[in-house]
Amino acid sequence: MADIVFLIPLMPLLGFTILFITLGNLPKPLVGLVGVGSIAISAIVVLLVGLEFLSLQEPQAYSVSLYTWMNLGGFTPKVSFYIDGLTLTMMFVITGVGLLIHIYSALFMYDDDDYSRFFSYMNLFVSAMLVLVLADNLLLLFVGWEGVGLCSYLLVGFWHFDSNNGAAARKAFVVTRIGDTAMALGMFLLFLHLGTLDFQPMAHKAAVLWQPGDSTITIACLLLVGGAVGKSAQLPLQTWLPDAMAGPTPVSALIHAATMVTAGVYLIARTHGLFLLAPTALLVVAIIGAITLLMAAFTAMTQTDIKRILAYSTISQIGYMFLALGVGAWSSAIFHLMTHAFFKALLFLGAGAVIYSLHHEHNIFRMGGLRKKMPVAFWSFLIGSAALAALPLTSGYFSKDAILISAFQQPDFGIWFWGAGILGALLTAIYSFRLFFIVFFGEMKTEPEQPAGWLMAGPLVILCLLAAAGGWLVVPVSDVFPVAGAIDHSGLVPLVTTSIPVVGVIIAYLIFLRHSFDVQPMLDSAAGQLLIRFWFSHWGMDWLYNRMIVKPYVTVTQFNKRDVVDSLYQFIAETILLAHDFVTTSQTGQMRTYAVVMVAGLVVIFAIFVGLFTGVQP
Amino acid sequence: MIESIVIPMEHGLLLAAVLFSIGLLGVLVRRNIILILMSLEIMLNACGLAFVVVGAHWGQADGQIMFMLILSIAAAEVAVGLGLLLQAYRRFSSLDIDLANRMRG
Repeated sequence: MADIVFLIPLMPLLGFTILFITLGNLPKPLVGLVGVGSIAISAIVVLLVGLEFLSLQEPQAYSVSLYTWMNLGGFTPKVSFYIDGLTLTMMFVITGVGLLIHIYSALFMYDDDDYSRFFSYMNLFVSAMLVLVLADNLLLLFVGWEGVGLCSYLLVGFWHFDSNNGAAARKAFVVTRIGDTAMALGMFLLFLHLGTLDFQPMAHKAAVLWQPGDSTITIACLLLVGGAVGKSAQLPLQTWLPDAMAGPTPVSALIHAATMVTAGVYLIARTHGLFLLAPTALLVVAIIGAITLLMAAFTAMTQTDIKRILAYSTISQIGYMFLALGVGAWSSAIFHLMTHAFFKALLFLGAGAVIYSLHHEHNIFRMGGLRKKMPVAFWSFLIGSAALAALPLTSGYFSKDAILISAFQQPDFGIWFWGAGILGALLTAIYSFRLFFIVFFGEMKTEPEQPAGWLMAGPLVILCLLAAAGGWLVVPVSDVFPVAGAIDHSGLVPLVTTSIPVVGVIIAYLIFLRHSFDVQPMLDSAAGQLLIRFWFSHWGMDWLYNRMIVKPYVTVTQFNKRDVVDSLYQFIAETILLAHDFVTTSQTGQMRTYAVVMVAGLVVIFAIFVGLFTGVQP
Repeated sequence: MIESIVIPMEHGLLLAAVLFSIGLLGVLVRRNIILILMSLEIMLNACGLAFVVVGAHWGQADGQIMFMLILSIAAAEVAVGLGLLLQAYRRFSSLDIDLANRMRG
């Protein structure tokens, strides 16, 4: 099966090429067939490769080398794909969830004029994402990394006739670019010391070259973390993700929930051999994760836009993954990545169905009472929110539980990480069920129309099953990561960890459905208002960045609008123009004037020559 | 035997210089293209005279050969000049050289 691995990223690329060169001249059903079909073929190949890999008694990771990319004085990066449990898990998520989202989009986007452009970008994205996870070396990974960044930009700004969407796309692109620059620097540093960028040799050489805690490897790892926080929307670069919700909802589901934003988690997991040598960098990862998950959870409590709630919850859940990576619970992080892809894609697609039926209504307070009218969306949200809140026996429960207990077992700051995680879990349960209760219960405020067809309902049902039962899937990464310590399931800690989401759901139930407490006076108080505004603006981060970076930058550019350096060259040009004007005044066009000047000149020249040859001084 | 009357070279050259100046003045002050061309002819002939005078003074034929050359050049120049004159007249319906000032600036 190794010889068909190249088909996995090639098929979506082929789909992109077909849709791109036909420039939207294909009939819509054919566009849907190409767009969805290419992903379907890719998914089948992944399934074949994966089944073969997993059916072995002792699965052996292997790499498939296609060709040498370039040969520059000993630096010979290859275009080669590496297949192991981690890559397979990622590919299952990308092609599996990707296929469901593509099928969903085939109906969701059907009325859009740019149907073909949408599918071409989506196919390109899947192709780039598959290159990212298949890559055998950091350089090829970076190609996929930038490829998904480009597609994210194109798809966030998909409805580009609204300039706000264009601004959101630009923000997403520029902010992630900051992280990518750090990542490129990290790559340079690693290559400088290790002489290779292939993952496996890199880990071996690093272990020989550096002692754990060496400053060079720590800096290199921190630079890689810079790339990861940019792509995965973690502190301090998370501000782009909520704005990225300007894109179509399937895009939010695929790119900004299930796959691309988890690329940072994948990067750190893939280079865990390096991170194990840099405990400080790992601690930073854990701290970033813990702070981000809390910040985003508080913000999600106050939002009113259904997609922004989900966006902040995505940031929060990726914070959990970072926390897991930071405390060395590698496989828990990947497990949570997978279950998160299931339930968050489900929630986004469910939200898409609601938005679709309510004619692009995003505000949850103008929804309500949709339980009877939209049963599929209702059940999607119920299961998705339960998994997001990690209620027992849902998929999210298994992954988040493992993360929290591993966090507790971290030797130095375990109790803090666990506490942050528990508080986050409580908030997660409250905000996810706040959304659920407000949208589906109470009185109906907008009448739903346009019921979602089976193309939209089908993927939702499958994702419901995955989100509900995904916890029993086993992530085949035991050979990839070092063996983690056994998770201790006895004592009070697991009990608290398990019960806290239930408490959260009960709180949400009492406040938002039964209205048992009147929270309005608390919200209306001055402190409450201030806090809500603070959280609503995501802790004022956009405001801070505007003040600290954007405004000064714009001021400098205004000052330098005429380009200080360029003024020197401008001066030369202007001098020449002035001389030109002066000289052109002599061009009168009068033949007789020319003759007079010529004669005068001749007389002068003769006078000089006569003076020279006869020795008469003028 | 008739005693040959030798005209001093200086007189000849002076005549040439006077003729040249008259021609030059004509070129500079005349506005009629025909008269300018005629003035040019005078200047050319003044040059030719200077060559002949100097050639006679040194007893060499070179001066007369140069005059032949100047004559042929003058003929060619007149041909071109008259051609230009006809074109100018067609375009400006006038022979005033000052009207042909489109190359100003």
